[in-house]
Amino acid sequence: MDLRRTMLFMPGNNPGMLQNGGVLGADSVILDLEDAVSPQEKDAARFLVSQALRFVDYRGSERVVRINSLDTFAAQDIEAIVPCQPDALMVPKVQCAEEIHEVEQLIAKTEFPGQRPVKIIALIETPRGIAECYPIARASKRLVALAFGAEDYTATLGAERTKEGLEIVTARSLLVNAAAAAAIQSIDTPFTDVNDFEGLARDTAFAKQIGFKGKLTINPRQIDVIHERFNPRQDEIVWAQQVIAAIEQAKIQGSGVIALNGKMIDAPIVSRAERTIQLARRVGLLTEGREQ
Amino acid sequence: MSQMLTATQSGTLESNDIMITLAPNFKGSGIKLELESVVLAQYGEVLRQVILDTVTSQGVTDVLIKAVDRGALDCTVRARVLVALERAGVKIRSLAEKTSN
Amino acid sequence: MKNLLGREIPEFADGYGKITPFNGAFSHQPSITRQSTRLKTIKPRQSKLLTNIEAVFDKVPIQDGMTLSFHHHLRNGDGLVNQVLAIAEKRGMKGLKIALSSIFPVHAPIVDYIKQGIVTSLDTNYISGPVAEAVSCGILDTPVILRTHGGRARAIEYGQLKIDVAFIAAPAADDYGNMNGIMGPAACGSLGYAFPDAEYADNVVAVTDYLVDYPLSPVSIPQTRVDYVVKVASVGDPTGIVSGTTRITKDPVGLKIAATAAKVIEAVGMIKEGFSFQTGAGGASLATAHFVRQMMEKAGVTGSFALGGITGYMVEMLEQGLFKKILDVQGFDLDAIHSIATNPNHLEISAGFYASPFNNGCAVNKLDCVVLGATEIDTSFNVNVVTGSDGMIMGGSGGHSDAAAGANLTIIVANLLRGRLSTIVDRVTTAATPGETIDVLVTERGIAVNPRRQELKACLIKAGLPIREINELKEVAEKISGTPKPIKTGDKIVALVEYRDGTMIDVVHQIRH
Repeated sequence: MDLRRTMLFMPGNNPGMLQNGGVLGADSVILDLEDAVSPQEKDAARFLVSQALRFVDYRGSERVVRINSLDTFAAQDIEAIVPCQPDALMVPKVQCAEEIHEVEQLIAKTEFPGQRPVKIIALIETPRGIAECYPIARASKRLVALAFGAEDYTATLGAERTKEGLEIVTARSLLVNAAAAAAIQSIDTPFTDVNDFEGLARDTAFAKQIGFKGKLTINPRQIDVIHERFNPRQDEIVWAQQVIAAIEQAKIQGSGVIALNGKMIDAPIVSRAERTIQLARRVGLLTEGREQ
Repeated sequence: MSQMLTATQSGTLESNDIMITLAPNFKGSGIKLELESVVLAQYGEVLRQVILDTVTSQGVTDVLIKAVDRGALDCTVRARVLVALERAGVKIRSLAEKTSN
Repeated sequence: MKNLLGREIPEFADGYGKITPFNGAFSHQPSITRQSTRLKTIKPRQSKLLTNIEAVFDKVPIQDGMTLSFHHHLRNGDGLVNQVLAIAEKRGMKGLKIALSSIFPVHAPIVDYIKQGIVTSLDTNYISGPVAEAVSCGILDTPVILRTHGGRARAIEYGQLKIDVAFIAAPAADDYGNMNGIMGPAACGSLGYAFPDAEYADNVVAVTDYLVDYPLSPVSIPQTRVDYVVKVASVGDPTGIVSGTTRITKDPVGLKIAATAAKVIEAVGMIKEGFSFQTGAGGASLATAHFVRQMMEKAGVTGSFALGGITGYMVEMLEQGLFKKILDVQGFDLDAIHSIATNPNHLEISAGFYASPFNNGCAVNKLDCVVLGATEIDTSFNVNVVTGSDGMIMGGSGGHSDAAAGANLTIIVANLLRGRLSTIVDRVTTAATPGETIDVLVTERGIAVNPRRQELKACLIKAGLPIREINELKEVAEKISGTPKPIKTGDKIVALVEYRDGTMIDVVHQIRH
């Protein structure tokens, strides 16, 4: 299971941040060549990120590079970065499936034989991108997640961006649904007030509730709060264990229909329970043989 | 062999970074390196070696280099030297080729 | 000869005398007595007030070769040391020993006084700025004596640091010599580090820029020990006295370390009623207080006391009821000054009360936990807070060794890598605090527990914390940075690093360019 509860942005031209990116505990680090780097330093950041990918130990964090958009430096970024074996590239401002195809081709051209295929994460930041979510989500085998960028989206929409986020409810839901339909992950927009941890907790709880699997993270201090919200709650773990136990029991008894507390257990419920157990194990809330 | 034509700069004076200034040198005059570092006593020789190796790996033979180091790791030093060379018009060979750390 | 930590130290040093090698944090128990001062009388209606500092030189009289002491409560805003030495210069004096509890960049003129032979010896607990650099380069013929805060009190109490004249910068005083630190333009809060000087110096001078009607109240240092009072235009620059509002670090790595340190404290079960705590004012140490505070709030516990150098952050915790008392030997900011002046649960304590190893119990002994920093730590957990990795003096123990010795749990918080340099080394450049008094090292890349504390290690592993051997952490750092070339120092000894009990834990050699 690819865990992407937190995907932490780090400026691509800052050696201090790049070398410490692995100690902060994010599931993914995003080494950013786009917004965090000024146009005249794009070349420098490309060299620095290339070197960081090859020599910095990110200690289990997935290594994602946010490249520039296709109409600017994407081709140069891909040529420089892909041979340095990042786990994934994040493509900004994706508006249609063709862009993913284009990125896919550029990656394939640069990958060396035998290299572990570089994944793609599409960042959806415009109303058009939201409208095209499903085709985008199905555009490539490399595509593992759709991520949402609400700031540019609301600007284009002409709506005021608020903390409550009513203006992005539809976009979030459409994106989550498209990703789920294509069996890939959905990653929520960052929470931009880095000093409001209660607001962050609320926003993250909502994101989880509507189906997001993780959240873009703009400050390391947000990591713990986001992880806590995406981790399975104790009652969820207990429920999942009961579901699994009921299935085991039914197998032993050879009974076809399985019920828990009077409710039928069908395939989607089983897979949700399994996901919960798996996640709980991954984040250390459950260890094998000590599951009570 | 790459000939450097223009003076360029890269990097910053922030902690963990290194600022590299390159200037062309007369053909045949070799590589001249002036190095300042907060860890000169402990890592001066290593820094010198990384800078010289990076420059020569790109086929540049005549250049004046000024490096002001604020505790950069080798990978940062290489990145800053390479971008300064590229900015000076040197065509950089593939970044993916394995270099020892 | 070599001491217990294997540090090469001389048997004798000029300006110091016979050296006793460090042989364990609690092994030295000399049979000695407290010093006493000459009895003095003062007749009714006799005035202590002198017109200026120079008059003190005439009255005492101050002679070549004497020891003059000062406290450092005014920190980098101190105006008194330079005023007094300017008079010594004017009078053509030679060979003075300056016992100033900490030396700051503002004391740069001392370098010039050393060059002129006016000052020939320094006795201090912490030294930074131009004086530290000059000392490192070998400007003095006799080595600087570096003590701990508790060790200085001990040395004064037992006459090992004999003070001829104590000049005490007093933010407020009356004409009979009562002093406190909480009033006037140079208010600094606690005067804790000046107490031993006032108690044991042959002559005590109160110097103030805020003279109030007799009797001053409250009294920190009493009239009974004071010979003269001088009013001057200014004893210090308030902007250099307070270190500004103390803020929690924003550095993500520092915060990560602090959060981990707090988890260590929680994992060993210390977040409970009666918890006592000390933390430094800077970087990750103060940030640890922030996370400890959240845990105390969540658990609903009340600590017994917070100790040491006090910041507004600890004051907030006192006011919030998270601690019952503050024991304050030194205040760092305006909130600390305001609190000690107004809150009866915020107590002023002396350097000896705080940390002297040779009295019938100092406050650090009552600490559950202290969180401290380090410039370097070696694989035997010995800590350097005196020199930089290049061998240059840039600090001193201050209360580091004292609190580490006293507390039940001593945690070092430090970035494993600072720039390119690893904090963990095979052998610290200078040993200041012995490894036997350090329990846990917390870095951004893992925690190491002193092998002497196996029970702690078991606790932390059970709590799921990332425990590694200190050697492993060192290897992690060297994998990133490469192995540093050892630095070369000169032969001349420029500083003696005295442990709190008066034994010699290490020496500092001249820097070589």
